[in-house]
Amino acid sequence: MSTAALEVRAVAKRFGALTALRDVTLHVDPGEVLGLIGDNGAGKSTLIKILCGFHRPDTGQILVNGDEVTLRSVDHARSLGIDAVYQDLALVNELSVYHNMFLNRELVRWPLLNNRKMRRRAEEHLRDMGVDLPDVRVEVAKLSGGQRQAIAVARSVYSDARVLLLDEPLAAMGAKEGAMILDLIRDLKERGRVSVIIIAHNYAQVLDVCDRVNLLQHGRIAFDKRAADTSLEELTDLVVAEYRRRRA
Amino acid sequence: MSETAAPARGLPVVGRALFDGFVRRREASVLLVALGLMFYFRATSDVFLSRDNLVNIAQATAPTAIVAVGIVLLLVSGEIDLSVGIVAAFAPFLLHFAIDFYGVPVLLAFLLALALAAGIGLINGFIVTQLKVPSFVVTLGTFFAVQGLLLITSHAYPVPIPEAAKGTFQTWLGAGPWASITWAILIVAVFHIILTNTRWGLHTISVGGNPVGATEAGIRASRIKIGNFMITSTLGGLAGIMEAFRINTIDPNIGGGTTLTFAAISAAVIGGTALAGGSGTIIGALLGALVLAELQNGFNLIGYSANTIFLILGLAILVSMIANQYLSRLRRAGRS
Repeated sequence: MSTAALEVRAVAKRFGALTALRDVTLHVDPGEVLGLIGDNGAGKSTLIKILCGFHRPDTGQILVNGDEVTLRSVDHARSLGIDAVYQDLALVNELSVYHNMFLNRELVRWPLLNNRKMRRRAEEHLRDMGVDLPDVRVEVAKLSGGQRQAIAVARSVYSDARVLLLDEPLAAMGAKEGAMILDLIRDLKERGRVSVIIIAHNYAQVLDVCDRVNLLQHGRIAFDKRAADTSLEELTDLVVAEYRRRRA
Repeated sequence: MSETAAPARGLPVVGRALFDGFVRRREASVLLVALGLMFYFRATSDVFLSRDNLVNIAQATAPTAIVAVGIVLLLVSGEIDLSVGIVAAFAPFLLHFAIDFYGVPVLLAFLLALALAAGIGLINGFIVTQLKVPSFVVTLGTFFAVQGLLLITSHAYPVPIPEAAKGTFQTWLGAGPWASITWAILIVAVFHIILTNTRWGLHTISVGGNPVGATEAGIRASRIKIGNFMITSTLGGLAGIMEAFRINTIDPNIGGGTTLTFAAISAAVIGGTALAGGSGTIIGALLGALVLAELQNGFNLIGYSANTIFLILGLAILVSMIANQYLSRLRRAGRS
């Protein structure tokens, strides 16, 4: 069996009296797309924030390509190839697409920017990733939510991210937009260079694009199956049954 | 969506493209206003475009434009500086102290005065970024502090230009008829390139447009902001020294220390710089300063009293801002 791109062993995290994560163990293989589902408050976002270096776990281990690491900061996690992509946080609306692609890694012909080179590389890379844009010189503000998300993902991949963490990448997005992002993820999967962890609420979409699904409940992974071995009904039943049990 | 625009055919298309490009430029509306005012005042007063009066307009435009360059950088990075006008009043005194009390050579004294001005910017920037106090409040504080320092050290009395600075130095740095506007245009050109075509400019836009995103991308926002505060203060000091050279006296009460600040902020905003951060234009600020100078000068020629001019100026700023808001909405509505 190949080494997991990212592995989490028995991670726990408390915030004061609140236990966000009790005992989480999961892994994502190279080139695999893992769907992470679970109710609000199950700890999904806490887990993502630990994986991207924002929070430190209280106990447990994180392994990148089989080596145990302590993620000191978001920057540190990124240097190890783990990158969380937030649609609205990532991009500067006032800048063009290609300036955003190269944000803080601008190509220069000192003292000026090398706009032509950045433009050409951004065009190539976006085309390569199948992201369809009329013109990379357009201000990001003028693009749709889906296009922005696509650019944010493309930028992470361009910066050699090996594990992408997508927190609700399809939230507040139309059907066509959502399909565009799903296509992008599928495309990434086919190339097998990048592993992806997606948090999503739409189980149909999760099953559609993910290789494997994990259900996070009460700070634990309660369910781990290949997408092909489960169904929309099973996932829905699991979450609803849990809800009923708690109410009873 | 992927198909590219049809290739241009013939002149009308080119004309259309030029027109579109023009309208989409932020500076377009304020350029039109500046030209409109020129025609209006030329029609009402024969001397408006005479050489002497053009010198007047140029000399009124220059200090505002120079300070507005810094203000644009600050506004774009999401900050403001209310103290720059009093730094402008203080800088020529620093020059005077250095030359007349300590016998420092002129050029060195000049650089020293600018360095001390930059130091005030450094203090502003440090308090804003490290101690997390809003720049509006910080620079209000430094405004009064520097004003106090200025009035104490100068005893609130004007002094003449130091003997050593007279002659070529004074002429080149403000007293010559076209000296200050030449400096202003040079400074505008350089900082326009910096804002639009260097990493510093992109990062300035980024920290103002999306502070969290910029920091996430590893941009050091504090460094950018402190730098812009220092640039603004330095430009304020330069404008103040040139203004003193022009009026041939160093006056601690010049403009109450606020006139230049407010004029520069107005110029920046009239020029199309958003107060919200993330977008702005330095050429627009120069044009904004020109519009302000034209208004003041033109209405003066027509014969309105200085008091009335303030009222007109205020209304003109409001009207041009409302028009600008309307135009930029049109621009945004235009297809990308």
